[in-house]
Amino acid sequence: MTQTPKNSRAEREINDNLKRAYDDVIQQPVPDRFTDLLAQLKQAEAEKAPQNARGDNADQ
Amino acid sequence: MQTSDPRDELVEHLGAMRAFAMSLTRNSALADDMVQDALVKAWTKIDTFQPGTNLRAWLFTILRNTYYSHHRKARREVSDTDGAFSDQLAQKPDHDGRLQMRDFNTAFAELNDEQREALVLVGAEGFSYEEAAETCGVAVGTIKSRVNRARARLAELMELNEDEALEMTDSVTTGIVSAQKNVA
Repeated sequence: MTQTPKNSRAEREINDNLKRAYDDVIQQPVPDRFTDLLAQLKQAEAEKAPQNARGDNADQ
Repeated sequence: MQTSDPRDELVEHLGAMRAFAMSLTRNSALADDMVQDALVKAWTKIDTFQPGTNLRAWLFTILRNTYYSHHRKARREVSDTDGAFSDQLAQKPDHDGRLQMRDFNTAFAELNDEQREALVLVGAEGFSYEEAAETCGVAVGTIKSRVNRARARLAELMELNEDEALEMTDSVTTGIVSAQKNVA
């Protein structure tokens, strides 16, 4: 395996670029389709669950 | 009795899921389709998640499975990568190190899928080699080797030559970096 020093310039630049690219996507606002999807899945789950004691689940 | 449902935590991982998907597909439409599929799978298969273990690693395992079983093929049929991990970055005005970033994205695109995911998991997401190995279903040594090869290949493509680096003093390096910023 390589014996490259951990703090080499190349490694540093690669890590910086990589983190910047990754963080840039992470920091984008999450599209509504995903929060909507999670809400739909949750609702479907609540409707099929047998113990709907509270009766406050959203009606279709 | 159920005190907490890990599915309630899915929302906290959406950003990271998109970033990981983006790093694999380098196309935002495909990446988001992939995240959508993975979310549905995660929701329906939550029983296979062991509470107390790394939820994000588990989600990434699902994501990469959807990529390799389906989206990688779609990826080949899409000619445009909207950068990456690239175009949003290039479009950002006056982004520090913009020139350098474009080079990085070009180089990043040259890596194969296995190298790319290993590098992202370890280098960007901060997974341990063990977590990355588990996520990818390979040995720890395989992950280490992929990460090393990915870094070596990127350095080669970005012409970040180790020999050059050794010859440079810090002041010379600083001078070159600021010169590049002026050009950009």
